[in-house]
Amino acid sequence: MSDQITTDPSKPAQRMRAGSMTLTLGPWIVAAILLAALPFIFTSNSGLTIMNQMWITVVFALAYNMLLGQGGMLSFGHAVYAGVGGFACMHIMNASDFFASMPLPLLPIFGGLFGMGLALIVGAFSTRSAGTVFAMISLGVGELIAACSVIIVAFFGGEEGISGDRGEALPFFGLNFWSQIEVYYLTAFWVFISAVLMYLWSRTPVGRMANAVRDNPERAEFLGYSSRWVRFYSFVASGFFAGVAGGLFAINYEILTEENLNAASSGVILLVTFLGGVGFFFGPILGAIVFTLVQTVLSLETELWAFYAGSLFVATVMFFPGGLAGLIMMHVPPLRLGKLGVLTVPYIKTLIPAAIGILGLCSLVEMTFHYRHAATGDHEMTLFWTTFDSHTILPWIIAGAVTLIGLGIARTTAPALKEAWNEANTAGGKR
Amino acid sequence: MELILVNLIDGLVTGLLLFMLSAGLTLIFSMMGVLNFAHASFYMLGAYFGYQISLALGFWVALLVAPVIVGIAGAGVERYGLRRVHQYGHVPELIFTFGLALLIEELVQFIWGKNQMPFNGPEVLNFTAFAIAGNSIPAYKIFMIFISISIFMGLLYILTKTRVGMIIQAALSYPRTVEALGHNVPLIFMGVFGVGTALAGVAGVIAGPVLGTFPGMAFVLGSIVFVTIVIGGLGSLWGALVASLLIGWITTFAKSYNVEMEAVLNGIGIATPDDLSENLFRDFWALTSPQIADILPYILMVLILIFRPQGLFGKRQS
Repeated sequence: MSDQITTDPSKPAQRMRAGSMTLTLGPWIVAAILLAALPFIFTSNSGLTIMNQMWITVVFALAYNMLLGQGGMLSFGHAVYAGVGGFACMHIMNASDFFASMPLPLLPIFGGLFGMGLALIVGAFSTRSAGTVFAMISLGVGELIAACSVIIVAFFGGEEGISGDRGEALPFFGLNFWSQIEVYYLTAFWVFISAVLMYLWSRTPVGRMANAVRDNPERAEFLGYSSRWVRFYSFVASGFFAGVAGGLFAINYEILTEENLNAASSGVILLVTFLGGVGFFFGPILGAIVFTLVQTVLSLETELWAFYAGSLFVATVMFFPGGLAGLIMMHVPPLRLGKLGVLTVPYIKTLIPAAIGILGLCSLVEMTFHYRHAATGDHEMTLFWTTFDSHTILPWIIAGAVTLIGLGIARTTAPALKEAWNEANTAGGKR
Repeated sequence: MELILVNLIDGLVTGLLLFMLSAGLTLIFSMMGVLNFAHASFYMLGAYFGYQISLALGFWVALLVAPVIVGIAGAGVERYGLRRVHQYGHVPELIFTFGLALLIEELVQFIWGKNQMPFNGPEVLNFTAFAIAGNSIPAYKIFMIFISISIFMGLLYILTKTRVGMIIQAALSYPRTVEALGHNVPLIFMGVFGVGTALAGVAGVIAGPVLGTFPGMAFVLGSIVFVTIVIGGLGSLWGALVASLLIGWITTFAKSYNVEMEAVLNGIGIATPDDLSENLFRDFWALTSPQIADILPYILMVLILIFRPQGLFGKRQS
């Protein structure tokens, strides 16, 4: 991070780097190739569905991070902008004359414009201050609009929501977007475009000032910038991209309901963004990918996945406020020093027992849950490919012992890991 | 006339219940500058603990013990959670309490399941206190009013008249000076957090039998509590009281009188369009006050934030 911001005046090429609009092409080309190639690796329909959901979450999380990470504004009702964008797209889909004269790939733009329109209205009064007051206003407005969805049936469709048919659009170079794979490439195209645009936005003077206002609004004011307007611009831009995500959702699922607006969706996007890491541009992307995968896999395996997700979230906030991206970027200095190898053995010694201990803890939790909530007489449960009777003492002893031993080993090896970490971050030879 | 009196009592019950939550929340806010998102979750914990204890030892023991347990849990959260996150700044603190609210809801579902618990009030209070024009007022409601008011009186007395209250008030405004005078300020903060959450626990125990003990109860009341203290002015105890009563009465009256939007609009001189079924605003015309009763607090909050951002009783913000 730091080398991007500090400039060396003796090198003219570096002087403008902080605000320059250039892209480091490498990662973007890799991302584009990956986006295009993934359907050939995961060819099944369920794979495509999961990937579509993932990319939509990526756009939404990146838009959210324009507020939280780059602007320092915590919003508890951001699902509203995506939702309203999606609902607007749905109405366009249902306006058959207009929709029949428009190619489907343009639809997310309209979603974005509607999301932006709402953000213009709300931002006019909510961006006056950041922090707690902003968070409260976002919560109130979010609740207000979510509650309106059941009352204003003409626009939100009441409890059953509104649905449409994406196939009614003007064929786009002969494509009707009836099949999943066509929708995938439409989504992938928009994800790529949105991500590039959001990255470029963070490089513009406005994007840079958003960071300044986040860190020290008072000083930004003294430099002659109105921190309120800087926040307002970030908010409106974020509303636009949230609306794009909503439009993609409308295209992909062809139905929008109250669920797209409510506080639970807003909470999930906060969770995704924070897990991924708010400090880096790629954090939310990582968060969206990991969260969607975890959600898909875990929700198949256990009823308690929301409990695990919640625990993971609280642990992240408490111990790794940088999120996943922060954890990864922590390893850049050791890599630069060429000392990443020092960490390998201590990592194996600590993390593997810790993982085993946590799995043991999870099985204790699962067994307690089964013991309390399974139907009477149903004593059998299957956990980690073994079937046993949850009402006998033996499985409890095994799970408890695994937990204690795993966490115990991790605890005893942790100081060695810390030492290795300090060593890996120290330049020069062994001290 | 009689109906107004009944509604006044009902609104008072709701308002005082809200106040028990918002009082603790606003105290914690003025102390740490962070809104405890999980505050309503402690209210839910109070209801569930109360239910579990009342099964074994009866309602009255539950009313005494459950808030204490909730208070200890709250103090623990402050000591081992919030104090740790505090170093990262206010936004992570807010996110932490938000995550905690999620976690507590999942935890409650994990232990007690998703169904409503059969939590009943005490048998002693299971009679009609008095009736107003055929509308009977249960004794339990009177009991709720009595408990809330006595807690408010007690809180006010402790905060303004006792030595402990003086130290707390001083620690709110000048923590460093108070620390220099030899008081353990982190301990005071932990204590206030614990007492605030214990108040929420009391509210949970007495509201559980009336409003239902189910995993969504924190969410139902939670956002209204934030709205309350924003309207009242962040950090103001009197503001919290006034806003709670205001919201209690507004929602109760909106629910019991069926005012139609059409009548209101006609009243101020806007004629009903001829063909409503095709009109873009048909839902707007068909609005009734019971329908929007639950979102009235949010509308009120948005209006307050636009026209008086510091809240009714709040101090002017910089």
